[in-house]
Amino acid sequence: MLQADLNVILPEIVLAIYAMLALVGAVYTGKDKLTAPLTWATAAVFVLLGLWIAGRDVADLAFGGSFHADGFAKFAKVAVLFSAAAVLVMGQDYLARRKVTNFEYPVLVALSVLGMMVMVSAGDLIVLYMGLELMSLALYVVASMRRDSIKSTESGLKYFVLGSLSSGMLLYGASLVYGFSGTTLFSGIIQAAEDGRAPLGLLFGVVFMIAGMSFKVSAVPFHMWTPDVYEGAPTPITAFFATAPKVAAMALFARVTHSAFGGIVADWQQIIALIAVLSMFLGSIAAIGQTNIKRLMAYSSITHMGFALMGLAAGTAFGVQAMLIYMAIYVVMNIGVFAFILTMERDGQPVTDIAALKMYSTAYPGRALALLILMFSLAGVPPLVGFFGKFYVLRAAYDAGLIWLAVLGVVASVIGAFYYLRIVYFMYFGEAEEPLDKPKGAILWGFLMASAAIMLLGVVNLFGIEGMAQAASLALVN
Amino acid sequence: MTVAAFSFYLFALCVLAGGLFTVISRNPVHSVLWLILSFLSAAGLFVLLGAEFVAMLLVIVYVGAVAVLFLFVVMMLDVDFAELKAEMAKYMPLALLIGVILLMQFGLAFGSWTEAETAKAARLAVAPTDVQNTAALGLLIYEQYFLVFQLAGMVLLVAMIGAIVLTLRHRPNVKRQNVLHQMWRDPAKAMELKDVKPGQGL
Repeated sequence: MLQADLNVILPEIVLAIYAMLALVGAVYTGKDKLTAPLTWATAAVFVLLGLWIAGRDVADLAFGGSFHADGFAKFAKVAVLFSAAAVLVMGQDYLARRKVTNFEYPVLVALSVLGMMVMVSAGDLIVLYMGLELMSLALYVVASMRRDSIKSTESGLKYFVLGSLSSGMLLYGASLVYGFSGTTLFSGIIQAAEDGRAPLGLLFGVVFMIAGMSFKVSAVPFHMWTPDVYEGAPTPITAFFATAPKVAAMALFARVTHSAFGGIVADWQQIIALIAVLSMFLGSIAAIGQTNIKRLMAYSSITHMGFALMGLAAGTAFGVQAMLIYMAIYVVMNIGVFAFILTMERDGQPVTDIAALKMYSTAYPGRALALLILMFSLAGVPPLVGFFGKFYVLRAAYDAGLIWLAVLGVVASVIGAFYYLRIVYFMYFGEAEEPLDKPKGAILWGFLMASAAIMLLGVVNLFGIEGMAQAASLALVN
Repeated sequence: MTVAAFSFYLFALCVLAGGLFTVISRNPVHSVLWLILSFLSAAGLFVLLGAEFVAMLLVIVYVGAVAVLFLFVVMMLDVDFAELKAEMAKYMPLALLIGVILLMQFGLAFGSWTEAETAKAARLAVAPTDVQNTAALGLLIYEQYFLVFQLAGMVLLVAMIGAIVLTLRHRPNVKRQNVLHQMWRDPAKAMELKDVKPGQGL
């Protein structure tokens, strides 16, 4: 019994043991001198685990239904592991030059990824909370990793205080849901609430749980922490925040809404649709006034979360598929953009002002072209892959009869296109100021170019991600 | 009135009185003592319910560790409680709001709470029967909730790493004790004998 269950969670066990061994090993030997090899090793472990999980065939359920290892979890886990590996490799050189050399960084990232893997597989309210808290606690710590910088500590503290508040809301909602259904298992909750309309108490619980999860995906009105945390945290850590945790939290959102509250779709659909509209518009409009590229990316991620939630609001298997495709594309674009931001330096100091990009194209035409492709893709300009992500969620909303939502989504994406195009404008026109340093790092160049190439070449068949996302969504919604 | 009913009312009264005086007593040390009374009475209530393991946990963990820690903090730290109390008036509206929300929750829970038809059966299905409650807890934690229990351990590990990462500083020039170094000290190397001539000094 236990043996079979442990076999299902073997990848998680391997990652946990790796993290503990890495911690103890580094403490007793080289300490901070081992940071670079540990970072590479952690990234390698992520990639290997991702490949292993993708090819693994195990039972769907473990621990009496409280852990799902289905196709949906597989898709989300692979996306989380690969993006976390990419971000770790990208940021290593930057952090080393800024003297952030704690060997605990890769260990904490590994533990945080462990939490993400658990939460996308959660089949029980308690497991969900444990995974979420494991992820969040590690993220709070890495946000304030540069403890000598006021901004970094401020971002960590803000993230921690607001994050605990949101965890409290989630727990409160979970307790109400338990009060209604008498069980914490998702399979029991869906049996208890399958007749279409939720009674008042359960509805309260659902609303509080959605509020808690909206915080984790930084959807409006729970987005306030995002710009400050993105700006204050060291850039590689911001890149991490913008990728893997977002995928995991979005997958958790889909998991909870469909496998626990799949019987009362009409009740949560309207809430999520409203959150999606607010996120799309606030993200698009508030980003217009930003001059700091990290804050701009924060608002951009709020907008993108709004679009992904639009897919979820459809409440159908196709909606989940659209959401998964959107998140996969979003992650690839963000990795590319952050690979670019990490190279923005002047006299060895990081620069985050977008005005510093003026006439960037004359000095580095290749990089400018790659960023142009990424910006067009983020804005959703038709021939690029980013457009297909938006197209899928809009179609999901349209098919589900939420035509007003789809129309508002188009309007928001037009508004949002402005600030992406402004970056492009700065790079190709405008008056040059003091130029930026020559970009360092072949790895960052590789990630930037690869990401831009994917945005161009993916147009052919999206690298077959549609089929995988469809299989994943059918595993979740049935 | 049976003995059980009498003890229930006694313990319940003590919990309420303890809670009330924790809040209103002027001396913070007295507050902590009242808090301990309230914990002990709550432990008594658990015994009455037949949950003796939880009662012992409450005594050992809350009275034995947490309350004593509070007492140390109150006595050791120089906190001006009069000033804190004066600031309390500022937060009164917020406190009242939270109070109203709590009342509304009670209203929801006791007034119009509906639960699913399957809820009662689902709640009872979890607990193992035919064993003492300590053994039942053990069975639940190490079998049904094994995964959650281990994950809680990982969460605590992250908390420990985080606390160390954010606070530990390796200061240079700190003299640390090295026992072997002390034992290997050689009088010949550590001392120097000088022959001081009379009337000259060093």
